[in-house]
Parts: sequence; structure tokens; C-alpha cells
Amino acid sequence: MTDLSEKTSYPSSWKKPPLIKRAWLRYLLWFGAAIYLSLAFGTMEVNWDRVAEGIPRGQKFLAAFFPPDFSSRWDSILDGMLESIWMAVIATVAGIALSVPVGLGAARNLAPLPVYLVCRSIVAISRTFPEIILAIFAVKLFGFGPFAGFLALSIATVGFFAKLLAEDIENMDPVQAEAIRSTGASWLQWINYAVQPQVMPRMIGLSMYRLDINFRESAVVGIVGGGGIGATLLTSFDRYEFDSAAAILIVIIVIVMGLEYLSGYLRKWVQ
Amino acid sequence: MPVLETDKGPVWRRRTTRASLVTWFCYLIGVAIVVYCWELVSERTIWFFVQDAGVQAVDMATRMSPPKWSYMEVLWQPVWDTINIATLGTGIALVFAVPIAFLAAHNTTPHPSVRAFALLIIVSSRSINSLIWALMLVSIIGPGVFAGVIAIALRSIGFCAKLLYESIEEIDTKQVEAITATGAARSQQLSYGIFPQIMPSFAGISVFRWDINIRESTVLGLVGAGGIGIQLDASISTLAWTQVSVILLVILATVLVSEWVSAKIRAAII
Repeated sequence: MTDLSEKTSYPSSWKKPPLIKRAWLRYLLWFGAAIYLSLAFGTMEVNWDRVAEGIPRGQKFLAAFFPPDFSSRWDSILDGMLESIWMAVIATVAGIALSVPVGLGAARNLAPLPVYLVCRSIVAISRTFPEIILAIFAVKLFGFGPFAGFLALSIATVGFFAKLLAEDIENMDPVQAEAIRSTGASWLQWINYAVQPQVMPRMIGLSMYRLDINFRESAVVGIVGGGGIGATLLTSFDRYEFDSAAAILIVIIVIVMGLEYLSGYLRKWVQ
Repeated sequence: MPVLETDKGPVWRRRTTRASLVTWFCYLIGVAIVVYCWELVSERTIWFFVQDAGVQAVDMATRMSPPKWSYMEVLWQPVWDTINIATLGTGIALVFAVPIAFLAAHNTTPHPSVRAFALLIIVSSRSINSLIWALMLVSIIGPGVFAGVIAIALRSIGFCAKLLYESIEEIDTKQVEAITATGAARSQQLSYGIFPQIMPSFAGISVFRWDINIRESTVLGLVGAGGIGIQLDASISTLAWTQVSVILLVILATVLVSEWVSAKIRAAII
């Protein structure tokens, strides 16, 4: 028997273990962060005089937002809002339709290597550029109006949706896929009966989420001429009609909240 | 199991007649909505410009090549600014997002009315794009990097707080109960019972948002809020297309690097 009386003093206090266990790494990270912050603030050149000047102006500016004026520009707000919604809907649908083949090609367990690489680079490129840059080029190529916004949003949707679809396919249960395969199913039947049912519930949720994103983004593609509520918003800023701008922002927030509620409800219903 | 009765006996099928009718009806409604939306959009499109797009694209591609690499010298400072906007903006956002998330999670909120208020902050910050925040901030605090930092921060608060409060709601209550049973005060419950549980997702969320913010901060310059967008806007409006292609390549490289970094960090955390 071991001698228990040997260990008489237990530690009376306890310290929480740190998140990063290696001490040198922890101190190195702190040190690096400190150097970075000093460099970043050093090169930022905040013009504090301008900020101080701006604060009373900002108060006036914010005061100009209240009360929100829904009535005087209601027609153009409604028009821009509906245009944004149509644009978001067809951009989501077209983007998803395009992203299904890309997503299938970007899943390593379905596609051969050359197809995989091509599809992955399509995804990488369309994910990289923010919607607004895509919109600038779409407007240059296709002219002003909702068509350009629709194209920009669809391309952005492809990057987002194809990537998540491919990841979901890569994580699917291979047992079911093999079971379908062993019945002698063709490739299309295999996709339809083995892959699609496994990824479908999550994809429906994600498509609602993307609709929500596309609607929010449609508010900015208008700033560069891509149609939708953004154009109305920019016009009201340019005319210094901040009360109308406040009304537009409130309507955007309400619609986004509604969409979020709807998508939560739909996701619960699907699962 | 839904089967179809035929002369040769039952045949397996995927859905019952009723279920497949309902499915087709849903598809029909979906298609009808899409066709209707498409009609409305195509009404407002000038198809002449769209037909012209191929010619325009070739024209633009020839004007954009070869990229004017000497322009890179001017771009280092804006790239540094862009990274700073994203990083500092994410940092400021996290400082505000943590308390808001605790107020918004239904298991840590002091009162339901406080929770409603916190949720309102989250939704308003999330619904308004950082470009619109920047548009407003530029007229309040003047153009420059600082407006960009604040715009990114305002936009990120909602995003981070939403993901964070969802992970607070999903914590294991037993650990908190154990801490409470030792007689811990409310603040000790937070720091010993809840914080260690949400720490990994907190780190994951901040890296994820940083990655998104790099992407968003590249365009803030379009409205004057600093970063590489200023050069992009200037080059497009002076029709200096060879500079535009350099800028686009730089943005591509920056985003790919940031994505790689964030993937590495997330892999290290999880």
C-alpha cells in the first residue's frame, strides 16, 4: 500500500488553463498583436479635427433622418423595393441552377481531377470579388438596369452556393451512395437517389439564406447602376432627403427580418 | 412504402400519388413566380445593350491587357490600409458584439425586453450593408480609412453577435450549474462556466468575419472610405483599364491569401 500521509498539502487555489498552451506562442502572439496595432494606428492618420467637426454635423445629419418620411417618395420606394425583390428572386434561382453543375464538379468524390480543378477555380474566382465589383463590370457590359444587378448577384450566388454544395456532397454518407450504386443505377439515377436526398434539406435552408443575402446586396448594386432599391437610396442621399433614406433603410430592415423569419420557419418545416 | 399497382404486380416508386402531386404543385408555383419576376426585369432591360455585351467584353479585355505592373508601387499603401480596415474593424466589432450577444442569448439575458432591444441592434446592423454604412459615415466623419474601420465594425457587430449568441444558447448547462453549485457569483459563472465553452466558436467566428471583411473592405473606397477601392474607382473613372486589371489581380491575391490564413487558423483551433 502506498503511503497516503506523504502528500499532505494540496494546492488551495486553481488557475484557469490558458487557451493557447504553449507559453512562447502565447507571448509571441501578444507581442505580434501589439506591434501590428501600433503600426496600424500609426499609418491610419485619423484627422481628429475633422472628426470633432463632424460630430455636431453628424448629430444634425442623424436628426435629419427623423422622423422617417415614408409618404413623399413612397412610389419610388415601392418601385425600387419590388425591383430589388424580383432581382433577388431570379438571381437566386438562376445562380442556384448554375451552381448545381459547378457544385457537382467541385466535389472531389464525384468528379475526376481536371473537372474538379476547373470547377474549384470557378468557385474561387466568383467568391473573391465582392458583388459590387461584379456589378460595376456587369453595368459596363450590359447597360444600366436590373439585368446587370441580376447577373452580378447570380455570379456571386454561384460562388457561394457551389462551394457549400460541394462541401456537403463531400461530407455525405458514402454507404447510401454505394447501396444505390450496387443496384446498377446509372450516374444520373445515382445523383438523383443517393446524393440529392442527402444534401437537399440543407440546400433548401441555404437557398433561403442566399435569397436573404441577395436581397441585402441588391440594395448596394443599385449604387453603381445595377437597379433596385440602391438606386433610390443613392438618389435620396444625393438629394439630401435623409428622411426618405431613413424610410428606405427601415423598409430594408423590415423585409430582411421577414425573410429571416420565413427562412427559419421553412428550415424547421423541411427538417 | 409507396408502390404503383401494375398488371405485373407492384412496382416501387419514390412518392405516393398525393405526395408527388403536391411536389409538382410546389414546383409549378415556384416556376410561375420566377417567370413572372423575369418578365418584370426584362421589361426594364434595354436588350440592345445586352446583345452588344460580347463586343463590349472583347473590347474591355483588350483594353485591360497587358496589366500595367509598374502601378503596383502605388498600391502597397492601399493594400495595407485595406487589411487594417478589415482587422481593426473586426476587432472593434468583437468588443461590442460580446456584450450584445450575452444580452441577446435567452439563457444569459437579464430581461426579455433587453433581449428584444439587443436583437433589434443585431438585425439593423446586419441588414445594412457596409457600403451604406460607409456612405453615411463618410459624410459624418469625413473620407478616409477611419470611416472604413467604423463602417466595417458597425456591419460586423450584428453578424458576430448573432453567431455568438446562437453558440451561447447551445452551451452545456450542466457545466454552468456545476460552477453555480460551488457558490460562484454571476460574473464567475460567466468567466468559468460560459466563456470556456464559447471560446472556440468565438475564435472561429472572428477569423471567419475577418475573412469576409477583407473582401468587403476592398470596395469601401468606392464611396471614399479608404482602401484599395479608391484606386479602383479612380482608375475606372479615368478609363485606365490597364491599372484596373492590376487592381483586380491584387484584390484576388489578397482575398486568396486571407482565405488561406483563416482556413489555417480555423484548422488549428478546431
